[in-house]
Amino acid sequence: MLNPKLKLNPRIFNEEVEQIPIRKGFGEGLLLAGGQNKNIVALCADLTESTQMHLFANKFPERFIQVGVAEQNLVTVASGMATMGKIPFCSSYAMFSPGRNWEQIRTTIAYNDQKVVIVGSHSGISVGPDGGTHQALEDIALTRVMPNMDVVSPCDAIEAKKATLALVESKRPAYLRLVREKTPIITTNETSFELGKSEIYWVPDVGLAQVGIIVTGGLMYRALLAAKELESEGIKTKVMNIASIKPMDEKSILELAREARAIVTVEEHQIAGGMGSAVAEVLAQNYPVPIEFVGVKDVFGQSGTPDELIEHYGMGKDSIKEAVKKVLKRKL
Amino acid sequence: MLTDKKIKELRKKANDIRISIIEMLLEAKSGHTAGSLGMTDIFTLLYFHTLKHDPKNPAWEKRDRLILSNGHICPVYYATMAHAGYFPIAELKTLRKLGTRLQGHPHHEYMPWLETSSGPLGSGLSQAVGMALADRMDYGENIRRFIYCLMSDGELNEGNSWEGAMLAGKYKLRNLIAIVDRNNIQIEGHTEDVMPLEPLADKWKSFGWHVIETVGHDFRSLDEALQEAQAIFEKPIVIIAHTVPGKGVSFMERDYKWHGKSPNKEEAEKALQELKANFPKA
Repeated sequence: MLNPKLKLNPRIFNEEVEQIPIRKGFGEGLLLAGGQNKNIVALCADLTESTQMHLFANKFPERFIQVGVAEQNLVTVASGMATMGKIPFCSSYAMFSPGRNWEQIRTTIAYNDQKVVIVGSHSGISVGPDGGTHQALEDIALTRVMPNMDVVSPCDAIEAKKATLALVESKRPAYLRLVREKTPIITTNETSFELGKSEIYWVPDVGLAQVGIIVTGGLMYRALLAAKELESEGIKTKVMNIASIKPMDEKSILELAREARAIVTVEEHQIAGGMGSAVAEVLAQNYPVPIEFVGVKDVFGQSGTPDELIEHYGMGKDSIKEAVKKVLKRKL
Repeated sequence: MLTDKKIKELRKKANDIRISIIEMLLEAKSGHTAGSLGMTDIFTLLYFHTLKHDPKNPAWEKRDRLILSNGHICPVYYATMAHAGYFPIAELKTLRKLGTRLQGHPHHEYMPWLETSSGPLGSGLSQAVGMALADRMDYGENIRRFIYCLMSDGELNEGNSWEGAMLAGKYKLRNLIAIVDRNNIQIEGHTEDVMPLEPLADKWKSFGWHVIETVGHDFRSLDEALQEAQAIFEKPIVIIAHTVPGKGVSFMERDYKWHGKSPNKEEAEKALQELKANFPKA
């Protein structure tokens, strides 16, 4: 059942569950933050509306910089503004930022320790018909490997809004990973959110979990559907939401691993270097248990509808269920 | 205005800084010699005449900002800052050694009064643009301070440089002064052979910049160029400073092979002898 302590969306399993693009939560969060803090500035590389930065840009035009289609400039200008006390948010598609401008982010933001928030919308396979060039499946790996850099990947629009507000207060550079497609609303305004902390969204009706499912980003809905079906099939799981991939809530992950002694990770990203890899790094060093990874298996994406692509590349509800059953068999 | 007396002082100071550069590069056994010597006169004028700064209070909020984009010439940056009083001159001998604040390329986290970290080329101008934009937001048309960006000609091969130039032109950032070290060399040879930059002044003009060309070793014309730059109202300003790589040491001048290497003991002794002869002790 949904963890009753977290006040999650009670209509989540209804057919007509409300769906909002995760990026929209960022747009609303930035607008709200902009009203509260005059040091916030926004920069965009010709994708203001797509990344939902237009809400801020329209309200605070004097604090918005349009840099044109120039992602290397986007982040280096932001770094310069941060040194003068501004809190820059810079947005583009994840494939271009942090994709194209990785070294500039490393040197002028991470190495230079300047508090800039890099917002990559349109991450993952669910970008859909635009095809493989536009589907960022490597961005978690690219960002989490940098010292000083935090990585946040919210599961719905409401969490994205909370994450945006929390990143204003954080002192560190960060990457905020967003999804283009409409995504079911999972949390509510009452659901707690804290950078660096993970929560269990699904718990067994009674008893301990046999498998822990750890999810980041927009696949949370499918993971919850999988957990619900597994429960009715007699397999008890806990589903953990990791919005904060870095810093990672190691304590909660270890608690889950100790209880379930088998883990499945779920993300719209290459298996190599992603959230699952980060979880594996923690478990391998502290409490090794069998792990199955749901994610993209070392291939590029292609055109298709988001649902088709998620199924085709093995990240749908049934793939998550299969991974759970597989890891159960591997349990010692 | 620079008085004759001041110019004489600056010449002596630049010579002292060149001596420090040779000494620290000898000690470090690696590093970039030609660009450091070539930019010494410009660094000297900036730190001992032009910049609004306070070495005893490096975090002074109103200070001008100076960004070194081509971080590899940091020997001249460090040596000038030490001579200006930011840290002890003796510390220059720690260049490139484990635990030093004087990293092989500038690292802001190790030495907080460097305005930024640099090394990978082509990104300094954009950071300077960000600083100038931030001041524009806060102070409008009133100039709170100038943002100086020192950059090499070789790094103008980088697309990022021109992205920054384009944005500065768009916002007409008159509080931004770029100084290009036009020494015509880069690692693998002469700039016009590796990747031609000319007509360089026209390129900047077409991006919306006010262009001033000057000799990078004559304090009076450099000072006039900087005064002109500060007086321009409607555009960002670039000073294309024609410099001689390796300036001040005869056997290093104009030889691109000194771009990325340091002198050995014998070469350093010869260089120091030459430099010390310029101002013989009374």
